[in-house]
Amino acid sequence: MDSQPTQPQIAAQSPAREAWIMFRRNVPAVIGVILLVLIVGATLYGSLFYQGDAFSIVWAPHEPPGVTPEFPLGTDYLGRDIVAGLLTGGGPTLAVGLAAAAITMVIGVSFGALAGFYGGWVDNLLMRITEFFQVLPALLFAMVLVTLFSPSLFTIAMAIGVVSWPQTARLTRAEFMKIRELEYVTAARAIGARNRRIIWTVILPNAAPPLIVSATLTIGVAILFEAGLSFLGLGDPNVMSWGLMIGANREYILDAWWPVTFPGLAIFFTVFAVSLIGDGLNDAFNPKLRER
Amino acid sequence: MDFIYIIKRLFYGVLLMLGVVVLNFLLIRLAPGDPAVVIAGEMGGATEAMLESIREEYGLNKPVLTQLGIYVANVARFDLGQSFFFNQPVTTLIGHRIGPTILLVLTAQILAIVLGVVMGVVSARKPNGVTSAIVSVFATIGYAVPVFWTGIMLIILFASVLPVFPVEGMTSVRLRDAGLLVRTLDVLHHLVLPAFTLAIIYLAQYSRLSRASMLEVLGSDYIRTARAKGASERSVLFKHALRNAALPILTVAGLQFGNLISGALLVETVFNWPGMGRLAFDSILRRDYPTTMGVLFFASFMVVIANILTDLSYKLADPRLRGR
Repeated sequence: MDSQPTQPQIAAQSPAREAWIMFRRNVPAVIGVILLVLIVGATLYGSLFYQGDAFSIVWAPHEPPGVTPEFPLGTDYLGRDIVAGLLTGGGPTLAVGLAAAAITMVIGVSFGALAGFYGGWVDNLLMRITEFFQVLPALLFAMVLVTLFSPSLFTIAMAIGVVSWPQTARLTRAEFMKIRELEYVTAARAIGARNRRIIWTVILPNAAPPLIVSATLTIGVAILFEAGLSFLGLGDPNVMSWGLMIGANREYILDAWWPVTFPGLAIFFTVFAVSLIGDGLNDAFNPKLRER
Repeated sequence: MDFIYIIKRLFYGVLLMLGVVVLNFLLIRLAPGDPAVVIAGEMGGATEAMLESIREEYGLNKPVLTQLGIYVANVARFDLGQSFFFNQPVTTLIGHRIGPTILLVLTAQILAIVLGVVMGVVSARKPNGVTSAIVSVFATIGYAVPVFWTGIMLIILFASVLPVFPVEGMTSVRLRDAGLLVRTLDVLHHLVLPAFTLAIIYLAQYSRLSRASMLEVLGSDYIRTARAKGASERSVLFKHALRNAALPILTVAGLQFGNLISGALLVETVFNWPGMGRLAFDSILRRDYPTTMGVLFFASFMVVIANILTDLSYKLADPRLRGR
């Protein structure tokens, strides 16, 4: 894009680029990115370097970590390799987290955008629905949904999305209410832009920074949510995930600490990385906050 | 004025609960299969006579709207049906479990708010200092740890390494016949680990929030005025600043209540705490839908009440909102 001669050289001042420069200088955020790249890389390509099936019983149960070189992190209560479990279980955990966050954002942004833009009875109706969903305890509601519609990665992601969107809706609504009063929205209307165009191409891009931060943090929350459901035994039983590893080995924690500790650390580092990135984006989009 | 507001607020709460009841009804109907079989639960084949009695009780042979009417009328009398797994009315079952959950949730909430606010205030005093950095790191970590995993790690620590707190249940069997004081202390002793586990996530959030809120307030004119007239640092921080910084904390505390109940569900399962969360877990695994729906109803009920109380306390805390 930059090399096109018709484009004037203002790219260096675009808000996105400015934010990127800020983000790059933020040490915790960069650590978050590196950590996340390592984790995603390990779950995507780890099996190329480390052979092993997460479900097959390969050794004596409860082999402690560091004793047998073939199984560096030991084995679980059935004698399954923990490293293989971590590498295989990361994919579904991350995929459900991403999908659930995407669903959350789609529902939340649609509700919030319409409520904030139109106001009046539309706002009233949509916000009453939002409040209703906020009253339902999220995890419990998701558990009910998953049991009623049989657990699969798809239903789990849907359930998490369906219970998590109200906060996004409120945030989007507030942004839209603020932005719709600004001059450039009036200008867009003056040149004849219709409501739909104003909502999606005028206001939404300008409301994007807080929504991007919120989307990032939502991924972290969704990963924790998925882990919680799998831990309770409501995950897809045919798919290895970090939460499932913790849930399955829970009964034996007093005999062996390692089968629950390592998957928990994996979840922790993933969510930690995601939230460092989210905080970094937040700082990058709000340079004024950085002085605090 | 305020009286009308309270009535309005209560009426709205009733509407929300009606929504929850309708949702429960729809969920049972939307579940694949015969609703009578769904209600009876899938554990062990329900006899035809049993299914017939369920159809009779819930009016499942009548039109859908009549069924909804019957269901709403039953719930209005706090009749949430019979649990076929526990063989008890759902209301009785929940009645036994609601106390421990409220105890756990409130203790965790208070612990989180008090410790979180103290941490936030301390770190707001010197926003670039070491303490502030430690609080920020702790907040990010606390946010990222799965609550059930924290619980398990604490169980491992306190069961084998440092056995000072009980890691399971709410009471000791050996103290069943002891005096009231001893039994109360016993419950509190059991409460330490679950409450702390649940508080950690919210502690992180409150410390972060109160730090940001305090920083904002500390920059305002009336704080400068308070300092100028010679108020002590402690009085400036805790009287002038914190009172004004408390409003966002209160708002979040109200909004968090639903999440707190979700967290309690996991914590109760980990620590075998005999509350509603544990009941929800057991009933969901057994496909005991009347109990599950009952827990969903009562948990939402608790959130609605918490929200109303937050709104009212908001008015008390902020004189500017009174009379509106």
